[in-house]
Amino acid sequence: MESHKLLVRKLVLICIAMFGFGFALVPLYDVFCRYTGINGKTENTAAPAARRVDASREISVEFLANRDPGIPWSFAPEITRIEVHPGQVMVVNFLAENLSAEATIGRAVPSVSPGEAARYFKKIECFCFVEQPLDSRQKKAMPVQFYIDPELPEQFTTITLSYRLYKSTLSNASR
Amino acid sequence: MSTENSNAIDIVDNPHGDHSDHGNADHDHKPKGITRWLYTTNHKDIGTLYLLFALLMLFIGGSLAMVIRAELFQPGLQFVDPHFFNQMTTVHGLVMVFGAIMPAFVGLANWMVPLMIGAPDMALPRMNNWSFWLLPCAFIILLSTLFMEGGGPAAGWTFYAPLSTTYSSDSTAFFVFAVHIMGVSSIMGAMNVIVTIFNLRAPGMTWMKMPLFVWTWLITAFLLIAVMPVLAGTVTMVLTDKYFGTSFFNAAGGGDPVMFQHIFWFFGHPEVYIMILPAFGIVSSIIPTFARKPLFGYESMVIATASIAFLSFIVWAHHMFTTGMPVAAELFFMYTTMLIAVPTGVKVFNWVATMWRGSMTFETPMMFAVAFIVLFTIGGLSGLMLAIIPADFQYQDTYFVVAHFHYVLVTGALFGIISGVYFWIPKWTGVMYSERLGQWHFWCSLISVNMLFFPMHFVGLAGMPRRIPDYALQFADMNAFISIGGALFGLSQLLFVWGVVRCMRGKGIKASTQVWEGAQGLEWEIPSPAPYHTFQTPPSVK
Amino acid sequence: MKRYLSGLRCAAYFPLFMYMLLTSLSLQAETEKYNMTRGATDISHQVYNLHMTIFYICCAIGLLVFALMFWSIVHHRKSKGAKAAQFHGSLKIEILWTAIPVVILVAMAIPASKTLIAMEDASKADLTVLVTGSQWKWHYKYMEYPIEFYSMLATPRDQIDNLAEKTELYLRDVDKPLVLPTGKKIRFLVTADDVIHSWWVPAFAIKKDANPGFINETWTRVDKPGIYRGQCAELCGKDHGFMPIVVDVKAPEDFERWATEQVALQAQAKAEEEKAAQQTQSMEELMTLGQKVYETHCAMCHQISGEGLTGAIPALKGSVIATKDIPAHIHMVVFGKPATAMQAFGKQLTTIELAAVITYERNAWGNNTGELVQVADVVAIMEAGE
Repeated sequence: MESHKLLVRKLVLICIAMFGFGFALVPLYDVFCRYTGINGKTENTAAPAARRVDASREISVEFLANRDPGIPWSFAPEITRIEVHPGQVMVVNFLAENLSAEATIGRAVPSVSPGEAARYFKKIECFCFVEQPLDSRQKKAMPVQFYIDPELPEQFTTITLSYRLYKSTLSNASR
Repeated sequence: MSTENSNAIDIVDNPHGDHSDHGNADHDHKPKGITRWLYTTNHKDIGTLYLLFALLMLFIGGSLAMVIRAELFQPGLQFVDPHFFNQMTTVHGLVMVFGAIMPAFVGLANWMVPLMIGAPDMALPRMNNWSFWLLPCAFIILLSTLFMEGGGPAAGWTFYAPLSTTYSSDSTAFFVFAVHIMGVSSIMGAMNVIVTIFNLRAPGMTWMKMPLFVWTWLITAFLLIAVMPVLAGTVTMVLTDKYFGTSFFNAAGGGDPVMFQHIFWFFGHPEVYIMILPAFGIVSSIIPTFARKPLFGYESMVIATASIAFLSFIVWAHHMFTTGMPVAAELFFMYTTMLIAVPTGVKVFNWVATMWRGSMTFETPMMFAVAFIVLFTIGGLSGLMLAIIPADFQYQDTYFVVAHFHYVLVTGALFGIISGVYFWIPKWTGVMYSERLGQWHFWCSLISVNMLFFPMHFVGLAGMPRRIPDYALQFADMNAFISIGGALFGLSQLLFVWGVVRCMRGKGIKASTQVWEGAQGLEWEIPSPAPYHTFQTPPSVK
Repeated sequence: MKRYLSGLRCAAYFPLFMYMLLTSLSLQAETEKYNMTRGATDISHQVYNLHMTIFYICCAIGLLVFALMFWSIVHHRKSKGAKAAQFHGSLKIEILWTAIPVVILVAMAIPASKTLIAMEDASKADLTVLVTGSQWKWHYKYMEYPIEFYSMLATPRDQIDNLAEKTELYLRDVDKPLVLPTGKKIRFLVTADDVIHSWWVPAFAIKKDANPGFINETWTRVDKPGIYRGQCAELCGKDHGFMPIVVDVKAPEDFERWATEQVALQAQAKAEEEKAAQQTQSMEELMTLGQKVYETHCAMCHQISGEGLTGAIPALKGSVIATKDIPAHIHMVVFGKPATAMQAFGKQLTTIELAAVITYERNAWGNNTGELVQVADVVAIMEAGE
């Protein structure tokens, strides 16, 4: 009967649409994360410079670095904690050294805690925006230039910026 | 995909007319032997196949649970190594969810939906055959992984990444393939139900005259259509992450393991309602029959079912409060989750009001239905407790959660199915089940199931995490008790098999057309056993 | 029919049974054997009270509904001559039993929201600890002190395999507990190295998932010194059940003393290692230490017998890795094998322990290569890098 075919066709379309929706959840999730701060994800593109500095309060910013067991580098921040005024632009170096005998490409994944504060952590320049190749035994100081948005809600006094260093999937491919 | 499907669809051209022009001998008389079952397009045959398959899976899944309970009988590692233990918990969950509960409901829908709405068969009979025979294939693949090198899936039935991707055994591809097949089977089954209900209702069977079992199944079928494809997408991502170098769930490539949980539970929460809504429908048929009184609040039951289905799409993150979410999101998911208690409560109140001032008798189906109401409510109330986030931080991933979902799925969904089987088996086989055996089965099940799951609340609150093969000494007494309850519950189900086999062999008192004194509806107007072909000419519904 | 009526009458006593159960439950609430712990912090007390409140509300609702139902079951039965009424709906009643639960839910949501917001307090902490989960142990790093260490299960393998009597702290004890001061706000940053773990200490009402690649944050303030135990709460693979958490909370002076001691100990251990690198150990010394290290760190997977687990964990007995090329063997133990359960033990063990365990693996279970691996060999591989 024609009405069967029509209905089945509609239902199949719903199925295909929902299968697609499953995959559409991937970019949607990213947007959702940026907005709500799940996992402390930050924008992975450069932010414009701050418009004003709020000298009335100080935020304690902590730096953490760890590496995946799969990448033979040492990786650590130059300093572990600084006090900044919201809006004040700071540069902090992370020191990396390739301990292996081969050139490797690293990729640092940032995560900010508390997650709700991630939106207010603005990176003007960061080594995490691009992949970082290091030759064997090469050392490198990798800078992150950032400020805390003065709009940061009052309740946040400490923000942690953590990087986890992974071997880039590109360097696997080149092998 | 759409052309493939429309080719496969064998349409009942003229549902209310003569079938001889269809050119298929199956429709005229019952063929004999194995080919009858292999090629059958008869909704009653397929319903029977689904139900027997579900029964087999119930025992396979139950055996896996017995391995788990044997290992947990005492502290220390006695029988299996932890890796095998994890495979047991994983495959037990998958088999019970996708192999026992869901196919049992599809089997009941196959048998009863056409009879209840006065249709001659399901709308798409060949697809019906296909959707059943995919299931054994899927489960042969899934169960065979247990014998492969490295073992079967061991990341829990929720298979969280990266445990299920980077860190899983080589059989993951088979697991993914099996889930895909199950998904296709469920989707086809759901489509069939929808098309049947939309197009094949007898004249006069308006929407608001449909029995609640038909309503709940219609809503369930829409849930299936909406979320099974999302599950298919999730397992596809697992597959490509593991074998093809994508990074959906891998932070190294810009992915996120927590996203897996969001996508999985977007499927997973509606899925748990898929496993309970048809049981609501069954109980809503049984209670009025044995109270000899119309169902209280029919319209509100329909509205409540639809609200539960709608809410199921906006509560998924309550499974993952500990993953670290912003407070605003946590509050949102807490409130929506608590809201589900309202329509669920309405249902329970309606059932009690149906019993109120009725003229009740307590045959086995009614006993299981009453137990369903009480024990499902206990599961529902512990669910409400789990919604309270600060307390959930303590409950999450403990045996309290295990107790909660087994109350909902065993004493809820499974008891619903069992009561439905006792209720309708006289119609299917033409003979009454043994009431004595049924009562024995009921009381043994009721006592043992509570020995099995009630103490789990306490071990969970006292701090025992789920999915562990060995535990600290303070949990020992309770676990021994739980394991004994488990063994007794498993053995009690042999009484059920005995009762069912007895009916299938035609032993027992011959059933009348109406079967139950208070039974009402089209399915009770055809002879018992139901003839191979029913409602060739549509009944008229007043 | 009469036969099972007596059974039904028993069922009618269900509410009574539930009531008795509840009373016994609240009596036992103190024992904590069957109920949630009250815990040791202000937050955990709030959580406990919230839990008990909603528990009692749920019981009251359940009892009311079941009482009505069983009253009906007893009185409205055909055998008692009850005639069925034919009413089938009432809008008023439907609205009533939609509205009342909403009110109850709001009453439950208010304290729950308050506690939740208190739990998410982001004010300044006195001490920060980085908690990292890995298969299957915890690593703690103090941000304010140069102290970091792994904390792993201390229960001997014999007890798990039922070869020795299980002691009181079976599966609940670790080699090095996390030590914290009382009265200070302590912030935990939680993350993982491989799969998802979950750091759970019931006494603090903390359960936070450790997600690989990302950090989560939570906090506590403990007023009472004591030892608090918990364990991993998220399925993380084979030995998920064997990664307990122990937190030793000390008075601030004691904590400071402990911290100073730890710094000194770490320096001392480093000096000893450097000394050991210059010396050579005998086969006997290495085998004795090696066996001990093997049984605590390696036997969970590779088994005491060195035979591994078919399909899941490779055997060491008679294997290429443990009998052929020595540097490859050292490399494997020191740097691990990425994306498998074989971790990089270079960070977790001292160089003496590494040398000993590798020597042990090369000479146990009939692998009798007779080869000795010295600290200097291990150091050479470590310095050469991956």
